[in-house]
Amino acid sequence: MSAFTSTFALVRKDVHSELRTRYALNALIMFVVTAVATILFALRSDQPTSSVLSGLYWVVVFFTAMSGLSRTFVSEEERGTTMTLQLVASPSTVYFAKLIFNTALTFSMTIAVTILYMAVFSNAFVIKTLSIFIGTVVLGSLGFASASTIIAAIVAKANTRGTLYPVLSFPILIVLLMTVMGATTKALDGEDLSTALGDFQILVGYFLAMTGGSYLLFDYVWKD
Amino acid sequence: MKFVKYGSIILITFILIAGIAIPLSPTPHSWLQFPVIPGLEEKARNILFHVPIAWTTVVAFLVGTYYGFRYLKTKDIEYDIKSVSSAGLGFLFCFLATITGALWAKFSWGSFWNWDPRETSIFILLLIYGAYFALRSALDTDEKRATLSAVYSIIAGITVPFFIFVMPRILSGLHPGAKGDPDGAGPVVQLKMSPNMLVIFLLGLLGFTLLYVWLLNIRVRLAKLEYKRSIDQS
Repeated sequence: MSAFTSTFALVRKDVHSELRTRYALNALIMFVVTAVATILFALRSDQPTSSVLSGLYWVVVFFTAMSGLSRTFVSEEERGTTMTLQLVASPSTVYFAKLIFNTALTFSMTIAVTILYMAVFSNAFVIKTLSIFIGTVVLGSLGFASASTIIAAIVAKANTRGTLYPVLSFPILIVLLMTVMGATTKALDGEDLSTALGDFQILVGYFLAMTGGSYLLFDYVWKD
Repeated sequence: MKFVKYGSIILITFILIAGIAIPLSPTPHSWLQFPVIPGLEEKARNILFHVPIAWTTVVAFLVGTYYGFRYLKTKDIEYDIKSVSSAGLGFLFCFLATITGALWAKFSWGSFWNWDPRETSIFILLLIYGAYFALRSALDTDEKRATLSAVYSIIAGITVPFFIFVMPRILSGLHPGAKGDPDGAGPVVQLKMSPNMLVIFLLGLLGFTLLYVWLLNIRVRLAKLEYKRSIDQS
């Protein structure tokens, strides 16, 4: 099998096992709903500004990702399937399969949050520049997944997985978070696409640097 | 090591005395007078301590990451000992740089913390060190601990260029070299110091770096002895 087909075979395996239990999906959706409801209770009838809303948007995405994305590697450890994966696939194949799966999960999470935000903040959360918003969400999801995949692989080998994951991820993700928050504010304020090109460059650079670094280092994490 | 030890003691004693004792003068005309910088006045003396400490923090971080990288290449536990010793010192210097910086910010800019790009960066560096030591305490075998913490420090090192080059462009700041600085934003701050201050400043950089090398040497020797004892006992 070529690297390409085996990567997609692994992604398919992850999707199948996810659809069988729907553990991550259900937990993530419930997490998003609870987080947005908490924000609604806190804001009551206030009209939040666009920068507050875009900040809260990515806060919800960050904590949802932190509660769910480590599953990709932790579940392999828990089910004892790590050894099998090490035998059947090369480390880079495993890494890229998990990266694709996590990107898909993050992206569907941002879609869920967007739909929910548009429903509950129908006056304030209006996307005026769609191109900036789509670019931010797509590149932001890629960057999010690239950093959180390698951290998930590290955390899966540790004892206290649940609490350690956000602690390790936050300092790595903060540059990305600041950039996407700024870009989302621009999308809500209806600024021109050209104002966000610098942010997109940062996001692309972040994604490439993280994926490249993780690809080179994954061998050391994956093999015991 | 003798050179490093006495060098750091002499240099730091010298800059402590010189940095505090040399008087300010609006029209400096001898080597024993500092110029008055409008807006900073006596507070300008802190640059001789705060900046060398912050510089040492960066050196300690880079050395720790480098030894982590060497560990991954060779799997020699000695490199992990060096890496974690350097990280511990980096954490100490990072903490000192935060304290000296916050005090300076209080008296020059009005509040202890302003979330300026450099302040944000050093806060994240503190978080990275916190996460690094939390990760180490959560792993039980020596080999796993060494490998995974080395990987984490390299991953954290990848984000450092973003702090240096990108952060000053996102946030407006108060430090020199930030967005809106008349001398231009950028990672390289132009040094516009009077020559006698510059000499003391550069000696301070050297002195604190030597202090770091000396402390690292002591910590590595101690950590090696502790490691040997834990091997003998088990």
